[in-house]
Amino acid sequence: MKKVKTWLPGVLLLLPSILLVLVFVYGLIGRNIASSFDRVETKSGRLVSEGGLANYATLLGSERYQHALWNLLVLTVVFVVGAMFFGLLWAILLEKGVTGEGAFRSIYLFPMAVSFIASGVVWRWLMSPGTGDYEAVGLNRLLIELGLPQLQNSWWSSDSRFNMAAMAIPAVWQLAGYVMALFLAGFRGITTDQREAARMDGASEWKIYRHVLFPQLSPIALSALIIMGHMSLKMFDLIYAIAGQNSYVSEVPATLMWLQLFNLNDPVAAAVNATILLLLVALVVVPYLVYTNRTEKAGR
Amino acid sequence: MMSTATVDTVEKIVPRKKKVGGKKLALTGTQYLLLVFFAAIVLMPLYVVVVTSLKSPAEYTSLTAWSLPRQLSGAGWAAAWEALAPAMLRSMVLAVSAAVLSSFLGSLNGYVFSKLRFPGATLIFTLFLFGMFIPYQAIMIPLQSLMIDVQSTAQWLAGIPTLIIAHTIYGIPICTLIFRNYYATALPDEIVEAARVDGAGTLRIFRSIVLPVSAPAFVVTLIWQFTSAWNDFLFALFLTNRNTGPVTYALQELASAQNPDYSRMMAGVLIASLPTLIVYIALGKYFVSGLMSGSVK
Repeated sequence: MKKVKTWLPGVLLLLPSILLVLVFVYGLIGRNIASSFDRVETKSGRLVSEGGLANYATLLGSERYQHALWNLLVLTVVFVVGAMFFGLLWAILLEKGVTGEGAFRSIYLFPMAVSFIASGVVWRWLMSPGTGDYEAVGLNRLLIELGLPQLQNSWWSSDSRFNMAAMAIPAVWQLAGYVMALFLAGFRGITTDQREAARMDGASEWKIYRHVLFPQLSPIALSALIIMGHMSLKMFDLIYAIAGQNSYVSEVPATLMWLQLFNLNDPVAAAVNATILLLLVALVVVPYLVYTNRTEKAGR
Repeated sequence: MMSTATVDTVEKIVPRKKKVGGKKLALTGTQYLLLVFFAAIVLMPLYVVVVTSLKSPAEYTSLTAWSLPRQLSGAGWAAAWEALAPAMLRSMVLAVSAAVLSSFLGSLNGYVFSKLRFPGATLIFTLFLFGMFIPYQAIMIPLQSLMIDVQSTAQWLAGIPTLIIAHTIYGIPICTLIFRNYYATALPDEIVEAARVDGAGTLRIFRSIVLPVSAPAFVVTLIWQFTSAWNDFLFALFLTNRNTGPVTYALQELASAQNPDYSRMMAGVLIASLPTLIVYIALGKYFVSGLMSGSVK
């Protein structure tokens, strides 16, 4: 009973936050899921859908949603690979402590401090589709001036199936510094003794990275992967700012959901869409949370 | 991993010792070349924004977009400020209030989770954490109708107060995490235990022992929450309109005008980004700590 006395006041302090999270996170998720199963009728009362899982089948079967999912896949793969690659590369270039490291770190990280809307406004201009001496602006104009006119292209607005790869460019620009910061902290957490020992044994720099450093960085790589992956699934602002609110070619589930609610007058489809998005994110995040929980317990 | 404090990651990211090795000189040459090259690419958008914002609308043409202005003009800045000023003020109120409120709740929660372990604490903490990762689309539709309901009886809540509520609540998980990790290492259990033996109550301990040592974690959460509330667009789009929204909303409106005035648009980008950029430049290392805590650990 003495035990109860010590933790009860703590629980009371926590109570407001528990209630807020319970209502605004889990309660609202519940309501969203519930409304995703609603019957759909037209204004005149004609039945469109019986409701239930049929709503999910309808959305998953629609060509528009599949197109949005494909776009999301292309965006996510290019963005995550790009951010991990540049983040790791920058961390490797910086980790031994070059002169001026602080300045480089700040430069690589600064895009993180800017809103996706602000950077989106700039990147929309940078990735303007016009080409040729009179039409080209932004990056295409820069390519002409650098003597590389053959590299001009219409970026995300091209009709390629892989147009969303271009949308990943500003996302990598904005978030690769984050990955760098994670890896840099990882490198700095490894003692110099281990390196020295490997060097004494005659290991080359590459072998030291390959066999001594990288294996110890894998938990950080996993964190970075999960963070980038779930950010990509949720990405909305950047696409909205770059492509506008109604762009089919750059549509992903998150932007389609907004349209379903405000343009297409289909709140049930929007709720279905949002629920699937939550499931996708949970698929990535929940195993990770369970894993970190377990390693924490093991570490205690 | 999870118990690694977030605030001490600042120390971690800063190099321990400088290596002075003669044979590595050749490598550092290429290394610097690469570092400068990537820095130039990262700064490229900033260059074009600054240059364009300082040209007069008449001077902007696609042909000369990348060249320096022939004549400096403040017209773009003046026009952008006029368009964004009211929303800048609203964003300031929003970001400061949301940051203070969720940081305060976070410190209370962090104290409880780190020092007053109760049955089910791990589960509740994990449920909090998951709230940090959810796509806000998953709560947006019911949140919007809830807020409309509430505003029909309390009209003064429309606009910024609604956003303050939303950002405070959805900021609870990350602030709790940061404070929990901070107290776990910075505040020895023995001190809390000793105070309890001396008869101090839970609230008293929080006020006189926990809060006074919390400044470093407060700096981190305040900066983190300020930045995320300032930069948010999704909540603004769903819960406010052009007359009541924050600066991201206003900037998006300004940038989607029919005949874009590029110097005004780019000046607007800078004005809307200035507060978070200043925070980043002045308090960069705490900003990084906030980033690191996003990785749970």
